[in-house]
Amino acid sequence: MPDRHQTTSHEIERYAGLFAKRTRQMRSSAMRDLMAITARPEVISLAGGLPDTSTFSPETFAALTATIARESCASALQYGPTEGFDETKRCIAEVMAVEGMRVEIGDMIVTTGGQQVIDLVTKTLVDPGDVVICEAPTYPGAVPVFASYEADVVQIEMDADGMRIDLLEETLERLDQERRRPKFIYTVPTFQNPAGVTLSAPRRQRLVEIARERELLVLEDNPYGLLRYEGEPLPPLRALDGGVYVLYLGTFSKILSPGIRIGWVVAPPPVLAKINLGKQAADLCTSSLTQQLVAGFFAEGRWLAYVQDLCGIYRRRRDAMLDALAEHFPPEAEWTQPGGGLFIWATLPDFIDTEDLLAKAIRQESVAFVPGSAAYVDGRGGSSMRLNFSAAGEDDIVEGIRRIGKVIDEQISLWGTISGKGTTGGRAASSSAGEAQDDRDEGPPGPLADVVELPRRTDTKRGASGS
Amino acid sequence: MSLRVAVLKGGTSLERQVSLRSAGRVERALERLGHDVIPIDVDAALVQQLRDSDADVAFVALHGRGGEDGTVQELLEIVGMPYTGSGVLACMRCMDKVLTKHLLVREHVPTPDFFAFSDVAFREFGAADALPAIEERLGFPIVVKPAAQGSALGIEFAASPADVPQALVAAFSYDNRVLLERHVKGRELAVGLLDGEHGPEALPIVEAKPKQEYFFDFEARYEIGKTDYVCPADLPADVTALAQELAGKTYRLLGCYGFARIDMMLPEEGPPQVLEAQAIPGLTETSLFPQAADAAGISFDEFVERLVQLALQRSPAATPA
Repeated sequence: MPDRHQTTSHEIERYAGLFAKRTRQMRSSAMRDLMAITARPEVISLAGGLPDTSTFSPETFAALTATIARESCASALQYGPTEGFDETKRCIAEVMAVEGMRVEIGDMIVTTGGQQVIDLVTKTLVDPGDVVICEAPTYPGAVPVFASYEADVVQIEMDADGMRIDLLEETLERLDQERRRPKFIYTVPTFQNPAGVTLSAPRRQRLVEIARERELLVLEDNPYGLLRYEGEPLPPLRALDGGVYVLYLGTFSKILSPGIRIGWVVAPPPVLAKINLGKQAADLCTSSLTQQLVAGFFAEGRWLAYVQDLCGIYRRRRDAMLDALAEHFPPEAEWTQPGGGLFIWATLPDFIDTEDLLAKAIRQESVAFVPGSAAYVDGRGGSSMRLNFSAAGEDDIVEGIRRIGKVIDEQISLWGTISGKGTTGGRAASSSAGEAQDDRDEGPPGPLADVVELPRRTDTKRGASGS
Repeated sequence: MSLRVAVLKGGTSLERQVSLRSAGRVERALERLGHDVIPIDVDAALVQQLRDSDADVAFVALHGRGGEDGTVQELLEIVGMPYTGSGVLACMRCMDKVLTKHLLVREHVPTPDFFAFSDVAFREFGAADALPAIEERLGFPIVVKPAAQGSALGIEFAASPADVPQALVAAFSYDNRVLLERHVKGRELAVGLLDGEHGPEALPIVEAKPKQEYFFDFEARYEIGKTDYVCPADLPADVTALAQELAGKTYRLLGCYGFARIDMMLPEEGPPQVLEAQAIPGLTETSLFPQAADAAGISFDEFVERLVQLALQRSPAATPA
């Protein structure tokens, strides 16, 4: 029987009137819809931030769960303490010790993934309109969190050495004059997502000093610190600061598994107490079962060896991607050279919009990446893209980059034809990668050869708003 | 009578998610109506799945390339399964905005001035040299859009000659042919048409009013709360009648069947200008067509049932030669 009450416009009005004001900031986007198609099996996706969980031994997993079933079934199936199990916290302390930080188990809360830490810290510190400072570009997953608490996000440019601390200080001065005190600075200092760059040692030192001088909190998000493929580790901000102004976010997602959803936050006791209350409200506690899984795995004493295995795999994939970029991307493109982590950030000539490019890449070549605009709150990043090298095998990475290079070449060539402007001395009209290589060999392609500053794009593309 | 209804949804078009949302609503309505629902997320196994489904009729809840351009309709003809909505030829005409506009011009239905190009025109025939003349003729801002993209994806505004190349490159990301169209400033109207006993009947007009001053974009189109819809639109009776008449004329000249949505702009002066026709308009919670049907006193369930019955009534002899 048709139900007369199932009517559309009434439904819309009813629900729209019920939504909280903050949901206006919560955007689902056409891009997100588009990304949904990348799950198709024929698509080579360099878009996700997925670690390769296929390297974890199923036998180990089976043995761990069997042990839990045998020895602690009831407690694994039960609620746990909001702050997490001590056994799991001891594993966390071990991980942090390897990264040069000494923490007690009372200093931390086990969370449902690192993402929950961003949420809880923002929930704890931010009133609507409060300023949160982060990098430009920033972790795309943090943007909706800040938006949902109606934070005013201020982004600080980066270069090859991470966040520009001079610009940070300028910004803090300006905010001071405006009598606005930022609540915290959110940063991924090591192998940053999405840019892949690492904050240099002097800048780390200076950032910690600034936090102390200005009594500002810093949220250090460090999912990738142990995924280093070359060079010596730099001290985490938490180690430099001793835990007075630096809140530390860690996670097992990239070194063990994102499916277990275990992260943690280390913070000064008063902050931790508030976060604890926030977590109680959010989900009471983190999964008891997966916390026990972590504890069981660490008890075997092979976790660091597993991380080292991952590093070997990811290093080869990163190298494959860097080689492929050099071969298949046009000379007008630039990209970062990460020493670890999961991502490379590439930037194209600014007449290319990477959202449109993604639509073309999926439609025509079945390959996907993350458009750069996702990492900005202000519409910048339109000609950049994030490329992930941890999820796909080397062959797929090379093929994926080849395909993206092909659609970029087509865009550049078309733009040259339409605008009448060749981009680099006739390069625009050429279509073969071989010719591109020759061009490059002749000498540096102008101002883009030595990339120090991460690209920014000032003009917003669609001139619609004004017309 | 209880029927076995295959609901075709998803697919690989850029509008996959919207299609899944449309189909979800349709499936729930079909169940309420007492039909058996066979959901099919279309992929390479489609023909086999259709044959195996033993369905009486297919409800095509696909949007965009493949689902709305005649491709799936052709396969359904071949398999011999009745299906909802327009046939192959009408779908092809609706999906191709250039073809739609040529037909409108021929039949004297007002549509904004336009020019269309393929990428070949630029790559091989020096079409860039024609741009200044076109820009002069259309005036700024110019709307640049892919010829075949059902949603607002890839639609760009060029405010000045300097914006045109980038807008073209963006639009060419979605199709090998693009349209440059004179921008019509005015009110955005959508007229739904639903076939009935006496042919297509125009539903009350929906006016879309973006809450903020920005382009009525892809996101606003599918998200609750971003756009205000007014239905019936607050228009003088003669304007309403004219818009509905033009929509009906468009529907017939494109050869639509079952239902369709005709989008138009109402300038400050002069008659409504038809922009395009959607052979399978969105059926999500925020879509315009179901709202228009609702305003006409036709519930979503009744609408779904009517489309199914119309599909069964369509003579198999209507198969194109």
